[in-house]
Amino acid sequence: MISIQNLQFHYPNSEFRLTVPEFAVSPGEKIAVVGPSGSGKTTLLNLLAGILTPKQGKVRVGEVAVSDLGDAGRRDFRISNIGFVFQDFELLDYLSILDNILHPYRITGALKLTSEVRQRAISLTEQMGIAEHLKKHPGKLSQGEKQRAAICRALLPNPDLILADEATGNLDPANKTRILDLLFKSVVDHDATLVAVTHDHELLPRFDRVVDFSDFQQGSGSEDTEETISPPPTPDPQPPTPNPQASP
Amino acid sequence: MNSLYLAWQYIRFNKFKTIILVASITLIAVLPLSLEILLAESERQLLNRAESTPLLIGAKGSALDLAMNSLYFDDEVPELLTMAAADRVYDTDLALPIPLYVRFQTRGHPIVGTTFDYFDFRKLKIAKGQPLTMLGDCVLGAKVAAELELGPGDSLVSSPENLFDLAGVYPLKMKVVGVLTPNHSADDLAVFVDIKTAWIIQGLGHGHQDVTRTRDSSVILKRSEGNVAANAKLFHYTEITDENLDGFHFHGDTSIYPVSAVIAVPYDDKSGTLLRGRYLEGDESQQIILPAEVIDGLLQNIFRIRNVLDAVIALVGLATLLAIVLVFTLSLRLRQREIQTIFKLGCRKATISRMMMAEIVLILMFCAVLSSAALGVIDSNAEELVRRLFIG
Repeated sequence: MISIQNLQFHYPNSEFRLTVPEFAVSPGEKIAVVGPSGSGKTTLLNLLAGILTPKQGKVRVGEVAVSDLGDAGRRDFRISNIGFVFQDFELLDYLSILDNILHPYRITGALKLTSEVRQRAISLTEQMGIAEHLKKHPGKLSQGEKQRAAICRALLPNPDLILADEATGNLDPANKTRILDLLFKSVVDHDATLVAVTHDHELLPRFDRVVDFSDFQQGSGSEDTEETISPPPTPDPQPPTPNPQASP
Repeated sequence: MNSLYLAWQYIRFNKFKTIILVASITLIAVLPLSLEILLAESERQLLNRAESTPLLIGAKGSALDLAMNSLYFDDEVPELLTMAAADRVYDTDLALPIPLYVRFQTRGHPIVGTTFDYFDFRKLKIAKGQPLTMLGDCVLGAKVAAELELGPGDSLVSSPENLFDLAGVYPLKMKVVGVLTPNHSADDLAVFVDIKTAWIIQGLGHGHQDVTRTRDSSVILKRSEGNVAANAKLFHYTEITDENLDGFHFHGDTSIYPVSAVIAVPYDDKSGTLLRGRYLEGDESQQIILPAEVIDGLLQNIFRIRNVLDAVIALVGLATLLAIVLVFTLSLRLRQREIQTIFKLGCRKATISRMMMAEIVLILMFCAVLSSAALGVIDSNAEELVRRLFIG
């Protein structure tokens, strides 16, 4: 599903460097990315989504070489194929919760907003426990409720790849389990792939594999500002092999 | 449609910001345009009225005051002349004299003392009731009747000239006998009386109980042969009725009674020229003016002021436009995070631009609708506004 080769990235005017010699994720696999703050986890997700482009190397998602696409191509690909749950929700204050969830359908011709989509959105909010807030604006919701709305928005188009940046970071334990169940169910139901950045080590056993940025950092012997990740221990895509360290 | 929907949601959410923005843009658009409408209307009104009044005779002094008082019943009263001025025109056999005495007011409207000829000259028709028939009658302009909700059978009291003049004449209760059809001129806002009624309002003619027949000796100061002197206890009538009409009288020769102007309607062009020639003597105490010339001079001054105003408005408009551009630019900067979100979701640059444009279009649409409504209101009330603001 995902393959990265010889990726190198750095922000302009910054000493931060991200180097990924090789990285692969199998279809349907659920990967947890852990590591200290500022280690490049979010950057990796942005590179996978085509929000950032590498200075060098290739990023492939499915059959598409995202890093080779132009700006418009990457945007079209992202909105049609990737569900992104952002760390700080990225909900628009002036839209109601329902409009926020439907927002991707209103900003691209690639997704068609139909009554069936609308119904699915309502159904998702019911599963997430925020159905009574549909007409409210994000300012009126708690952090956890906003997080759930952001997850609904990411799941609504049934994306092939779900990228979640601290998707459960603002949730209480009960909701954490509920949301993760929903994310995993969505992945299974739609044969999608999940790459989730998390700091929550209690959740790691539920993932197929854990990619630890700090381990790679130590292993590579690189400087603090340079992050390197290596390929998964078992690259066989069918079926995904769970990380033995992360198994319950 | 989606862009418009999202733009509408943004505008709805930011109501106050939008209202301020729309209000400022609308004001800038409406100000010069409404000024244009009002000036065009004032030009039309002033010129129409002036051009339809061939010659105006008044005492020497301000030609503009004379024209404004006689044509638009402005409350600035020019130097007065006497009724003899009308007789003088009549005697030349060159023009028809129409005396005007525009000095008094009733409930904020000018009382115009004149003769029947004025109604024919201005082509004023009676819509309700009848023309002036006796002393104390008045005929209302269409707007006066509508504003005061008066009609034939009602009455109207003249206002005192000076509230502090304790020795002044009593206000006269006038009987409304008719209402004129709308004329779309200053006539609509005037109350017309016979010129003698205007003199009675001034106290030059009056009515009181008959001292020769009264049995109340306390009223009589001195009684001699052919003459009776009464004191202040003598009852003065404040309303002219069929019963007391005979008690009203004028002392002395009415030719020395005041008028504010005389409209002279020459029988032909040559008569007009000849008549003007009669007033060119150096020691002449009267002036004859061509109202169109006076008003044209006034308009030239107005237009000169308008040019300055236009320049000021253009500068203010430019400053506001720059401020609006700044507002939009700052708004874009403030919304960078939101734009980033939309971008991260996968929105194309063109779509983001379209959404921003949709917002601007919506705001401009609101401004256009508001401006059109405001200009529509100003346009439909231009006649009235011009009279109140410019002509007074």
